[in-house]
Amino acid sequence: MRYVVFFILGLIFWLAVTFDISAANIVAGSAASLVCTLIFARFYFKGVQKFFHPARWFWGLVYLMVFVWACIKANFDVAFRVLSPAMPIKPGIVKVRTSLKSEFAKMLLANSITMTPGTLTVDIIGDDFYVHWIYIRSANPEVYTSMILGRFEKYIKKIVE
Amino acid sequence: MIALIVISIGILFNLFGCIGLLRLPDVYNRLQAATKCVTLGCCSILAGVLIHFGFTEAGIKALVAVPLLFFSSTVAAHALIRGTYLFGVKMSDKSVKDDYKDVEK
Repeated sequence: MRYVVFFILGLIFWLAVTFDISAANIVAGSAASLVCTLIFARFYFKGVQKFFHPARWFWGLVYLMVFVWACIKANFDVAFRVLSPAMPIKPGIVKVRTSLKSEFAKMLLANSITMTPGTLTVDIIGDDFYVHWIYIRSANPEVYTSMILGRFEKYIKKIVE
Repeated sequence: MIALIVISIGILFNLFGCIGLLRLPDVYNRLQAATKCVTLGCCSILAGVLIHFGFTEAGIKALVAVPLLFFSSTVAAHALIRGTYLFGVKMSDKSVKDDYKDVEK
């Protein structure tokens, strides 16, 4: 099942990139997609039946909007720090603990953290994220955990788990 | 017209990213500027291309490039910053906290 989904996604991606719906191109795309499927599909989509729940897609859309908004804010934040003459930075690496379990969810969360204001994931060890933060706003672990993870964790939990 | 505005915003953010790369004190902070500003800058330029061409060949390709850029730049930033840390580059004097120091890596 997971192989089929991976194959179809690969083929759609190929057709979008080459943008040519002739028979020869579809055959070439199928071949390329098949090779990728055989090599990589076993690493992805552990629970592939989750792919077909409409509620997950809805939360995915909500998450996408939250994410794009956070991303735009991140850019103004960094631009402000870079351009202001005093350069208000107070960098450091903090440890935050997540309640997400699956690998894919952790990957999504780490990427979200990297794109949000002033934070960049350095490493994930077990359930702990090590996050480089350009301006540490609080010394209290509970406060900064909810500042860094709070926005995304609940959506990702609804989408993936 | 809208396309031109969106592309200009993208270029402006790329410029901020470059200024950040020059001004910030150490490699970790520089990576912050490089990932965030440059990624959204490029995505903004690609969105401008999509608006300009509509859903034609070039527009669809620009749309496909956006998620690719997102994932590759975040993963690359993560790999770079971890590699830098393990290589032993010191954080700048302004740093106030380092929880990653004592961890078994």
